[in-house]
Amino acid sequence: MKQMQLVRCTINGKERETMVDARASLTDMLRNDYRLTSVKKGCEVGECGACNVIIDGECFNSCIYLAVWADGKNIRTLESLLGPNGELSDIQQAFIDEAAVQCGFCTPGFLMTAVEILETGKEYTRDELRKLLAGHLCRCTGYENILNAVEKTMKKRLAESARVGAMNQ
Amino acid sequence: MYDIEAIYEAKSVAHAVELLVQHPEAKIIAGGSDVLIEIRDGKLAGCTLVSIQKLDELRGVKMDGDGTLRILPVTSFTHITRDPLIQKYFNVLGEAVDEVGGPQVRNIGTIGGNTCNGVTSADSGSTLVAWDAVMEMTGPDGVRRLPIREFYVKAGKVALRPAELLTAILIPKESYENCHGHYIKYAMRNAMDIATLGCSVNVRLSADKKTVERMRVAYGVAGPVPARAPSAEAEANGRPVSLETVEAAGKAALSDVNPRTSWRASKELRLQLVEELTKRAFARAIELAGGKL
Repeated sequence: MKQMQLVRCTINGKERETMVDARASLTDMLRNDYRLTSVKKGCEVGECGACNVIIDGECFNSCIYLAVWADGKNIRTLESLLGPNGELSDIQQAFIDEAAVQCGFCTPGFLMTAVEILETGKEYTRDELRKLLAGHLCRCTGYENILNAVEKTMKKRLAESARVGAMNQ
Repeated sequence: MYDIEAIYEAKSVAHAVELLVQHPEAKIIAGGSDVLIEIRDGKLAGCTLVSIQKLDELRGVKMDGDGTLRILPVTSFTHITRDPLIQKYFNVLGEAVDEVGGPQVRNIGTIGGNTCNGVTSADSGSTLVAWDAVMEMTGPDGVRRLPIREFYVKAGKVALRPAELLTAILIPKESYENCHGHYIKYAMRNAMDIATLGCSVNVRLSADKKTVERMRVAYGVAGPVPARAPSAEAEANGRPVSLETVEAAGKAALSDVNPRTSWRASKELRLQLVEELTKRAFARAIELAGGKL
């Protein structure tokens, strides 16, 4: 039985609505209805993190999240990180600079978790970062470069906000 | 796309019960990190679902008038860990569920689902059993309560009746007051792994911190469901705070457990873990309670 349902939500800052098959995962909806192909289909059982997106400020594996549950939610995917002229964000540039990308399949998922981490504005130890990034599999890089990219961006942002804070005093 | 026959979204607890009465074959879905995987796996393919995912009335942690800690079942692991009431009165539960899977899994997985699936390796299970949690269920005949030890029937089976759902996990004041606990998960990896053995110990010490007034210990994966170790508790209760007491409790625990050999680990390894983790978790709980060994 095909059961269709209206899903209204905010995706990357824009209010969107569409009729969705109740059996669809959020990955299905984002890729098929909105062509947001940064959301990768990896394991599809919530283990690899390739389909990770931010929903209301928290990271979720969209493969084990039903599309109908997205009704009323604020969803952000990797596409939201690009600047108006396609500029990369600092964390994306850091992934390139640190050689944290090889095949690239895990990268969008990792980046969205990195965004959640960075937006807390907190300073984490290397071990804490390891735990916070533990929901992603990467079969190319060996993780060290990914950790380097997140750690360096975290330190850079913290130094920048300290500098701005000092200037405003 | 999931192989789902139909999904009904509950608007309230009463509506959920109504839907479950109307669709007796339906399975309850909360976070989905078990149910959706079983659908993908084929085990639940073609099922009918009653979703309680959107029931915000079942989210959060509250304090009842009599001091009972009321943990609502659709609260995610992440929100359990971050909850101020949990941090103040039941910190070990927040620590235990912080060991589940990885961050995204902890954002979707719920404490209610973790208990209702009746799985012995659930990271919350041993701690809830060790703290004498009371399970509150709502069904067509109203609300009833059951001690968590009776809630776990056998592997994969809990005492929920047809059309009933878990609506709260209660921790009585007597259970958490002056009580300090520690959970150890032994697994092969630091994340995205299932416990080879889980051990949760909590203690209440005398005012002078010299005597163990009450010690409770429970395990996951040491038997078909999370279970206590009465012999270990008997060895500890009323005894002086000492390394000898800790040793004796660890040894005594072996007579209470019945782990099996699985592809994850042998019975022998699990028995060794029961003794060792009991000692370590007990020692740490004493330390947290202000005692010195």
